[in-house]
Amino acid sequence: MKLKVFSYNSKDTPIHKMSGLTKFICFLFLTFAVMFSFDIRAIIGIMFFSLWIFKLSEIKFSQIRLMVIYVAIFLVTNFILSYLFSPEEGVNIYGTRHELFVLFGKYSITLEQFFYQLTKTMKYASVVPLGMIFLLTTNPSEFASALSGIGISYKAAYAVSLTLRYFPDIQRDYNNISMAQQARGLDMSKKAKISHRFKNALLIIIPLILSTLERVNSISNAMDLRGFGKHKKRTWYTGKPFERLDWIAIAVSAAIFLATIALSVFVNHSRFYNPFI
Amino acid sequence: MENKKLFSVSTKTIVATGLGAAIFMLLFMFVKVPSPVPETNFQTAYGIAGFFGALFGPIAGGLIAFIGHALSDFAQYGAPWWSWVVASGVSGFIFGLAYKYVDAEKGELTVKDAVIFNVIQIIGNIIAWLVVAPLLDIVIYAEAVNLVFAQGAIAALMNAISCGVIGTILLFIYAKTRTKKGSLNKKN
Repeated sequence: MKLKVFSYNSKDTPIHKMSGLTKFICFLFLTFAVMFSFDIRAIIGIMFFSLWIFKLSEIKFSQIRLMVIYVAIFLVTNFILSYLFSPEEGVNIYGTRHELFVLFGKYSITLEQFFYQLTKTMKYASVVPLGMIFLLTTNPSEFASALSGIGISYKAAYAVSLTLRYFPDIQRDYNNISMAQQARGLDMSKKAKISHRFKNALLIIIPLILSTLERVNSISNAMDLRGFGKHKKRTWYTGKPFERLDWIAIAVSAAIFLATIALSVFVNHSRFYNPFI
Repeated sequence: MENKKLFSVSTKTIVATGLGAAIFMLLFMFVKVPSPVPETNFQTAYGIAGFFGALFGPIAGGLIAFIGHALSDFAQYGAPWWSWVVASGVSGFIFGLAYKYVDAEKGELTVKDAVIFNVIQIIGNIIAWLVVAPLLDIVIYAEAVNLVFAQGAIAALMNAISCGVIGTILLFIYAKTRTKKGSLNKKN
């Protein structure tokens, strides 16, 4: 439970200087481009672009090591499961069949399947650096202003900033309750039986929920007293004004997004790039 | 009993959403009960989404699951897997429809309340994990059809169990902390 959830640290790089709203818009443009396209050339292009930005923003490997491990586990599991469940998916998509060799039974290795799974893995992987850049170079208190900047109701955006604000408090409460219950003899280790695990989880969750509901009351009273939600709009203390760099960044990511769509529509005539025809 | 509007958003709804999402995120990352099927867990977090949904309505339920899932994906993987995040949001939204029919504030949770809550949460889990998540996986990532529906079926079952058990127990306990109507008697 020692995980530091959002290890933002402020640095003097062009990426850190950009407004959170800019980075969020760019993040959305580039991830939607990757999610739409099944052209490995476009995906690799965006991946290299994001790795370059990654370098510019001076993120250290120690900040992202845990995430990289999780993502790698996910990608490997997904790769194996995809093959086991549907070894001919690539053949269906690309319409040709170049068999390399037969493993056993219906499981044979085809070029199409390999290419399909490679593309899919790249698609998943290339979103990750983009998310990390946004996460690690944006001050969490700027998230809310960025969200309301793209047109999301400021009340929903405020809920997000409350989540980020109270996550550490709730984590601390959880630890305290867990320690207290263990002092009373609750077995939290992996040795406990599965049937007891549910009950043990509940014995921590119940006090956590009840104390949180008390807290909801006092926070919402405090906010009401300060007139929260009286007007249709609000301003944000941490919101940064746009500068030239912000406009350039948005223009570049919009251009990449449009180029990816154009590649699919005019060159490939489909979301898939088919090298087998 | 006050008239409950499903989609009204008060300051309390916003705060409950924010703090509910923080609990959802915490449980989603750290409090998983391993299930007999290898590599899968009962996500206790969906019990929280069900409970807050029934208490504060569909907007709160949907946003809690959506925000909580998106932020925990951000924290763990660096980027959210949108197809499953959206499905979480949909399930939370449907759990929240129980708000209109289940009244935990009246001081006790009747069997009828519990049944309604569970019927709604099972419908929500089926729609989210057997319709929304697989379809989005197919549209966005062109995943194989049988794979996504197998994953969806497991997720629907697990989440329905954890939401049913934890959500119902939480509602039951919360109701007990409220004062029952007519619980005070005039002493003769």
